[in-house]
Amino acid sequence: MTEVTMNVNGRKVTRSVRGNELLVEFLREQLRLTGTHVGCDTSQCGACCVHVNGELVKACTMFAAEADGAEVATIEGQANADGSLNVIQQAFQDYHGLQCGFCTPGMVMSAASLLKDNPKPTEEEIRHHLQGNICRCTGYHNIVRAIMAASGQETPAVAAE
Amino acid sequence: MPKDHGIGASSKRREDVRFLTGTGNYTDDINVYGQAYVAFVRSDVAHGRIKSVDTAEAAAMPGVLRVFTGSDFEGVGSIPCGWQVTDRHGEPMKEPAHPVLAHGKVRHVGDPIAAVVAETLQEARDAAEAVMADIEELPAVVDMKAAVASSDTLVHDDIGTNLCYDWGFVEDNREAVDKAISEAAHVTTLELVNNRLVANPMEPRVAVGSYEAAGDMSTLYTTSQNPHVIRLLMGAFVLGIPEHKLRVVAPDVGGGFGTKIFHYAEEAFCTFAARALKRPVKWTSTRSEAFMSDAHGRDHVTKIELALDKDHNFTALRTETYANMGAYLSTFAPSVPTWLHGTLMAGNYKTPLIYVNVKAVFTNTVPVDAYRGAGRPEATFQLERVVDKAARELGVDPIELRRKNFITEFPYATPVAVEYDTGDYNATMDKLIEIADLANFETRRKESEGRGKLRGLGINSYIEACGIAPSNLVGQLGARAGLYESATVRVNATGSISVMTGSHSHGQGHETAFPQVVAEMLGIPEDMVEIVHGDTANTPMGMGTYGSRSLAVGGSAMVRATEKIINKAKKIAAHLLEASEADIELKDGAFSVAGTDKSVAWGDVTLAAYVPHNYPLEDIEPGLEETAFYDPSNFTYPSGAYCCEVEVDPDTGKVDVVAFAAADDFGNVVNPMIVEGQVHGGVAQGIGQALLENCAYDETGQLLSASYMDYAMPRADNVPMVTVDHSCQTPCTHNPLGVKGCGEAGAIGSPPAVINAVIDALQSGGHTHVTHIDMPATPNRVWAAMQG
Ligand code: FES
Ligand code: FES
Repeated sequence: MTEVTMNVNGRKVTRSVRGNELLVEFLREQLRLTGTHVGCDTSQCGACCVHVNGELVKACTMFAAEADGAEVATIEGQANADGSLNVIQQAFQDYHGLQCGFCTPGMVMSAASLLKDNPKPTEEEIRHHLQGNICRCTGYHNIVRAIMAASGQETPAVAAE
Repeated sequence: MPKDHGIGASSKRREDVRFLTGTGNYTDDINVYGQAYVAFVRSDVAHGRIKSVDTAEAAAMPGVLRVFTGSDFEGVGSIPCGWQVTDRHGEPMKEPAHPVLAHGKVRHVGDPIAAVVAETLQEARDAAEAVMADIEELPAVVDMKAAVASSDTLVHDDIGTNLCYDWGFVEDNREAVDKAISEAAHVTTLELVNNRLVANPMEPRVAVGSYEAAGDMSTLYTTSQNPHVIRLLMGAFVLGIPEHKLRVVAPDVGGGFGTKIFHYAEEAFCTFAARALKRPVKWTSTRSEAFMSDAHGRDHVTKIELALDKDHNFTALRTETYANMGAYLSTFAPSVPTWLHGTLMAGNYKTPLIYVNVKAVFTNTVPVDAYRGAGRPEATFQLERVVDKAARELGVDPIELRRKNFITEFPYATPVAVEYDTGDYNATMDKLIEIADLANFETRRKESEGRGKLRGLGINSYIEACGIAPSNLVGQLGARAGLYESATVRVNATGSISVMTGSHSHGQGHETAFPQVVAEMLGIPEDMVEIVHGDTANTPMGMGTYGSRSLAVGGSAMVRATEKIINKAKKIAAHLLEASEADIELKDGAFSVAGTDKSVAWGDVTLAAYVPHNYPLEDIEPGLEETAFYDPSNFTYPSGAYCCEVEVDPDTGKVDVVAFAAADDFGNVVNPMIVEGQVHGGVAQGIGQALLENCAYDETGQLLSASYMDYAMPRADNVPMVTVDHSCQTPCTHNPLGVKGCGEAGAIGSPPAVINAVIDALQSGGHTHVTHIDMPATPNRVWAAMQG
């Protein structure tokens, strides 16, 4: 066991971790931040996406010990200070960008990372960026629309408004 | 103006807030105090005799509480099958035992042999590695036709055959169909494969069993679409626990698509082990385990023949299908290739004579059961492919050939035992032509050709049977369950409402859509209504969510219960208003006396029901809570027309879906936003089946596609925006909401559109010899087809 300290959603935490303990296990089991999900065991699905020092990371690909000293952001820390949904979260609700919600935390974290680097992505850029996030429910249509809307752009194609 | 609340409004989903903030409560988020963890030891061979399982070393490892093997389950029931099919000779299907842990033999890769329960997951997994199973490997049966032909390699020795049943439908039509086909002016024949798929809801399955000795009470938290069904199957048939001593909870569930309907061995194991160890026991599937333990979908091999007269009227249809059951019968597996498939073979067409033969086969593969659409995608794919091929052979327009044969008068009794209540197939086709802008297709094709791409257009119709189902009918067809749904509407003293439903939401948005209905009926705000679901302890016995049934059946139960509420509330209002009950009207959340300005608010009536001071106690009971069980009188029949445009790269065979349009008739629509989302998702799964997804076994029964590295899930850049329309609405005539169901349409209607488009693209490029490509139409397959 080694001791790690990190800043998670603005809160400093220190815990003992196993050498092979994944960051996603640490977040879910030790910190009870269960919004970060596990959808696969081959780093393919993106349900576990978080930000580590501002970078998008699949939390199943990193050991907790590797995040020692890091700033970690998870879905639980994304809402506005008053508890209301942030722009991306709100767009996901407005544009029905989620159904079962299991991929959603990863999608929101992934979208936030995209918009930080590319504030006005095209549909193609969004789809390309989301390659690492699988959603089985939505067919991506409304996820793409939500991200377009969150970036202040007209959303493509139809839906009953 | 679109409505902003009630039936027909695109109300935003209230469940989204918890999912978007990471505060959902999925089964793996649940930890019960003192829980231990399970790791299963699974077979790595497809077929073998278990000579011994040595657990001594594992049992001695740190943290291990106990190692279970098949022999611990002697006296425990078999995992039951919920549907018995009768074959064409009147004999019941073969129904082999399905032990919780393998006993005697292993029958597929992933079959659980032993289970280690330990203090931590890590310890359980480590010890599982140390369990020594001595297995004598046997030859495996994988190919269905070989399995039926073989009598020396049997998946189940005791039943003496690999054939589960040989079903004929309608058996009495057989000779007439044969005769019509032999005398037809034209017969189009097609042999095709409906590829095996893995449902892959993004949340893997989880089970947490717990036991309170003091009250002899077992609880199972599980990723299920139907907790009451699990309670009945597991309690009554496997573990012998009466319902009042067993609670099953399915909290937030991360997608189902059918594969979370079924009762699985892991659920029974965790419940059993918790009782044995007096400790809560948790199992969380890894994705790798999911690939080899979640029931798979589809896997049919079919020959279909369509007979036409000289005027191109369809005169007869004959199919022969081999349907893979896998190694054991999963809960509803036998019904999928039969009653959910054969009954849909008329499609949208007035073909007078139909005969469907299905041979269901045991193989050394994971069990196969319902996956989004379940039988109806298989029926639609065959039919819409063979109609397209016929149009090409006859040199006629595929839309015109369809229109010529469309059923246009309703109700319509098909020759395959169902009666369509309503529909307008020409209307959805007209709408499709408009929204897909077919008028300008040739311009788009030229533009693609200018870029060196072959552009193809694929059109099809579909019909499905949803709202499963009338209980006495399915009982006659072999179902061992009723398929009604339930709702309890509990009006609280201050007028807010809790609706306890037997339906289960795992992405469908019931928490938002169901209140829209109740609020509309009562004229109160939607946020006064809360939906409670997923827990057998606080919901009435219900059959759960699958087969696009929740609104059509569960919603109807809710309407009936709300009607009872309104009737009683009117009596109370009449008393309060000193008027006759017949004169009381409910409007905008208030009861008034017709023709007067006397009225009393909703909340005053509900308060009177619970504080019955001024109340007719001699005539009516206090309280305002009603339950209804709704059993539908027929299936519902959503239908529509779909269009796919693809571009094929002639150098590589790569197919891109460049446009997709869906014109559906779902009857009345409660929340258009949710309905459209269901279509988007279904279409993506259909495109996935048509172009990407394939669950593959090698000839020894090894699962080749066992992770997301080898099983191609549709990603954001594999699918297009989908143009959807549901303005053609022929309301269902036999349920109170006039709704038909929308959950499966996308997955049913889209695969033939994609393949029809691929064939059209290749034909347009001069590859006229290519009349069919099996799914998934990978670059490799398309390129090979072009080479001839
Ligand atoms: S759980 Fe991390 S990518 Fe799937
Ligand atoms: S919303 Fe269910 S997986 Fe994306």
